[in-house]
Amino acid sequence: MLDVSTTTATLLEVSHVSQTYLKGSGEVGQPVLDDVSLTLREGEIVGLLGRSGCGKSTLLRIIAGLAQPTSGSVKFQGQEVAGPVEGVAMVFQSFALYPWLTVLDNVEIGLRAQGENPEETRKRALAAIDLIGLDGFESAYPKELSGGMRQRVGFARALVVHPKILLMDEPFSALDVLTAETLRTDLLDLWSEGRMPIKSILMVTHNIEEAVLMCDRILVLASNPGRVAAEIKVPLVHPRNRLDPEFRQLVDQIYARMTQRPEAKPIGGRESALPGTGLAMALPRVSTNSLAGLIEEIAAPPYNGRADLPHLADSLNMEIDDLFPLAETLQLLRFAELEEGDIKLTPAGKRFADAEVDQRKKMVGDHLLAYVPLAARIRRVLDERPTHRAPATRFREELEDYMSEEYAERTLRSVINLGRYGELFAYDENAQAFSLENPQ
Amino acid sequence: MTRLETIASVGRRALPNHWDVLALGAIMAAFVGIVHAFHGMNVPLPAANAPAVDLSYWSLPYYALRTVLRMFAALLCSFVFTFIYATLAAKSRRLEMVLIPILDVLQSVPILGFLSFTVTFFLGLFPGNVLGAECAAIFAVFTSQAWNMAFSFYQSLRTVPRDLDEVSRGFRLTGWQKFWQLEAPFAVPGLIWNTMMSMSGGWFFVVASEAITVGDTTITLPGVGSYIAAANDQGRWDAIIAAVVTMAVVILCYDQLLFRPIIAWAGKFRVETTQSQEIERSWALDVLRRTFWLRNAYLPLVRVLRSAALWRIGAPASFRKRRMNAPSAVGRILDAIWIAAVVAAALWALWTVIQYIGTELSWGDALDVVGLTCVTLLRVIVLMALASAIWVPASVWIGLRPRIAERVQPLAQFLAAFPVNLLFGAAVSLVLAFDLNPDIWLSLLIVFGTQWYIVFNVIAGATAFPNDLREAAANFHIRGWQWWRNVVLPGVFPYYFTGAITASGGSWNASIVAEYVKWKDHTVVAHGVGSYIAQATEKGDYPRIVLGVAIMSIFVTLFNRLFWRQLYAFAERRLRL
Repeated sequence: MLDVSTTTATLLEVSHVSQTYLKGSGEVGQPVLDDVSLTLREGEIVGLLGRSGCGKSTLLRIIAGLAQPTSGSVKFQGQEVAGPVEGVAMVFQSFALYPWLTVLDNVEIGLRAQGENPEETRKRALAAIDLIGLDGFESAYPKELSGGMRQRVGFARALVVHPKILLMDEPFSALDVLTAETLRTDLLDLWSEGRMPIKSILMVTHNIEEAVLMCDRILVLASNPGRVAAEIKVPLVHPRNRLDPEFRQLVDQIYARMTQRPEAKPIGGRESALPGTGLAMALPRVSTNSLAGLIEEIAAPPYNGRADLPHLADSLNMEIDDLFPLAETLQLLRFAELEEGDIKLTPAGKRFADAEVDQRKKMVGDHLLAYVPLAARIRRVLDERPTHRAPATRFREELEDYMSEEYAERTLRSVINLGRYGELFAYDENAQAFSLENPQ
Repeated sequence: MTRLETIASVGRRALPNHWDVLALGAIMAAFVGIVHAFHGMNVPLPAANAPAVDLSYWSLPYYALRTVLRMFAALLCSFVFTFIYATLAAKSRRLEMVLIPILDVLQSVPILGFLSFTVTFFLGLFPGNVLGAECAAIFAVFTSQAWNMAFSFYQSLRTVPRDLDEVSRGFRLTGWQKFWQLEAPFAVPGLIWNTMMSMSGGWFFVVASEAITVGDTTITLPGVGSYIAAANDQGRWDAIIAAVVTMAVVILCYDQLLFRPIIAWAGKFRVETTQSQEIERSWALDVLRRTFWLRNAYLPLVRVLRSAALWRIGAPASFRKRRMNAPSAVGRILDAIWIAAVVAAALWALWTVIQYIGTELSWGDALDVVGLTCVTLLRVIVLMALASAIWVPASVWIGLRPRIAERVQPLAQFLAAFPVNLLFGAAVSLVLAFDLNPDIWLSLLIVFGTQWYIVFNVIAGATAFPNDLREAAANFHIRGWQWWRNVVLPGVFPYYFTGAITASGGSWNASIVAEYVKWKDHTVVAHGVGSYIAQATEKGDYPRIVLGVAIMSIFVTLFNRLFWRQLYAFAERRLRL
């Protein structure tokens, strides 16, 4: 059913898309997406790979015509996208099924809404249900189904309208490991056998192995603001084997690419204007227990102070959204260094691993003051004021000059958490204020 | 849905407060306008020529039927109002600025105080016809349900899950399709819950509005309420008991034949990821679903409605209306003009009201009424505190014992729905018989009906109290006062809050009937704004009614803002389990 003109016809063209939101105060905030361009050609699966908060889902929604970019344009088959278009269908992370409709009704809704006649609709819906392996569940309600079956409904609902492009927003991340793998293989089988009425797939994911397993091309997105950091081609043929050395090498390469910090070597002064240093340093939200646990894990055999990140992620059963924030925080605090997809403990990190609780707290406090400008700043303000109290809002506003509201809030939360652990200051949640006194 | 979110109106925090004054002015002005239009012409109120109430038992089923039909009519009106009003408010930013504050104040206006105005209005519409009085009664019930339902619906429309909204936009559903496929179904559980809660209040109003005296006009509509009123006048205990039994049966039928089936059916509209533990069942719904000929009767209708829900009316939504984009210059100017127009209209309305009251009353009168309202406020606070002190421990005790709770819970719900004003006359006869102080003993009537809201909500809270927290308390030997203060009270507080705020609202309304009660040819009066309004109503003294209701509304609004909302914010922050 392909109307083959050229095999590499461009289906979708995203050029110089930026997205900026207004802050609560009404001013223009920091961009969420910054000058993103990409093309999608017929017959390929492209992955948008990035960590949470890099704007990849926003980008997908802009492509679907569900959101409008602040600047730049999206063209689908040469036509400017100015709203949801026919020919693009989406599969959601949360499945997004209407709980009050049966499986069959959910699948039919896209066609019925367009006024397609009921018999034709029924025929196509049953065909899609059959294709995706849902026969027998037609009259069930979504809440009676397991996660895997629900996502199959999501796929059937998207396929039944015969879209040219299938957009997938982390479609497997809400599923358990085994279910996710089954769904991936089923989908890849249908794709390689050409049994789906689609020409191209664009998927968002934060799972590196999933991207390498499924995609022909991977766009790695960097965070704060979101931008395309690298494009990686995957030359392997389907079905791919996760244990294949070439596969592993690609995974390693992407890990290295994603943990590489462009601003790894800050230039001199504390208040440097370089992004990622000074107050502009964005911190992820992590738990101090996980930090300590990770240091201990790396310090102990078999790693003995140096670990391969993919290996570590695998053995700890962690997604990159769990592991990277921890690794990065350790790097920021100079307890570890990241290089070539490996994590290596610094001498301070090794000392931390052997230390008692009180010593650990002291070390975190000292490193915070030395290496995290925001923590040093809060402490200095508290020391200078005669009342030794300061509202959180002033620091939040300062942060918002450098990063989006969401990142500012996360960074502040993170510093509060680490600062409490390191006993640098106290924080009163109700009053939203920092202080030096601890409750007696 | 967490407990706190189920109260439609309290959850909204940031509300522009200056709008409230304007909204209050507009509402009062509307009522003044009605009086001007119909009563101000100095035409005596046309009496409706309704037959006298027959106190024989066999006429009770017929009266009950009339009362039930009134309730149905009001429910229907409330649904229509809800769909239109809430949808407008949710879809249009400019209308939202006006509609929501009005709704917010309307909720605080003790509508029983305005019965005289609505009666005047509807009797004027249908002179000499019973239909006018019927409409007034239906309207009274409507006002006790519609605001709450509209709020619930509005809030659901504003909180439609983002992914479901994206699906409907992605498939390019039109506005009509989206409303029936997504928005209305999503709102169903909240709407049903709020309807059921309002329904309890509705019985109170239908009973109160069936027999009412405004100035020289006395209106009696055939119904259980007027039956009781007649029985009170004659002091017929047997008739009172018969009416109470009838009412109980009616409420039970309503519950079993209407609400249980609807709730069981509405279960499928809940957006949740897993199948909930308890599935509401209803024998009536089972019968409806399993009986072959009944199914055949309603299935064609269902099919027609379902295809109607898919008509392509309206245009598919394109981009989501984005708050992120700064409004254009034209938009801002239009906004300014719109706001200026609304403020001007409201200020003018406020001025009209003040002028109207000012023709007959002075500042001294206003001060008197403020004093009387303080008395009623004191009464409400003391009695709510008293009811809480008695019922919270009792309900916790019951709630922690599942087998007892199972039996008490339906009873408490039934008592909350029961219109206790049926019993006011009888209660007052006791005050007369023992020569008690009405200022103290009539106060009890204020929480007579509303305390049950506290009871069944706290029971529900105690039943849902996490078992591990209880076990931890037992394990660490937490007992006595500490157990109450640190363990169980914080746990049931959100539930208590739900019950208490409903009870508080109901108590203000009840004060209008509870502070001024008749038994045979005696009238017992307690000091307070409730009796002030009731007396003014009986005399047909409109400026005094407006003054009384306005000041009471201001008090209720302030009470809600300064007390209940703060408490809500606290519960939200600290006591979420």
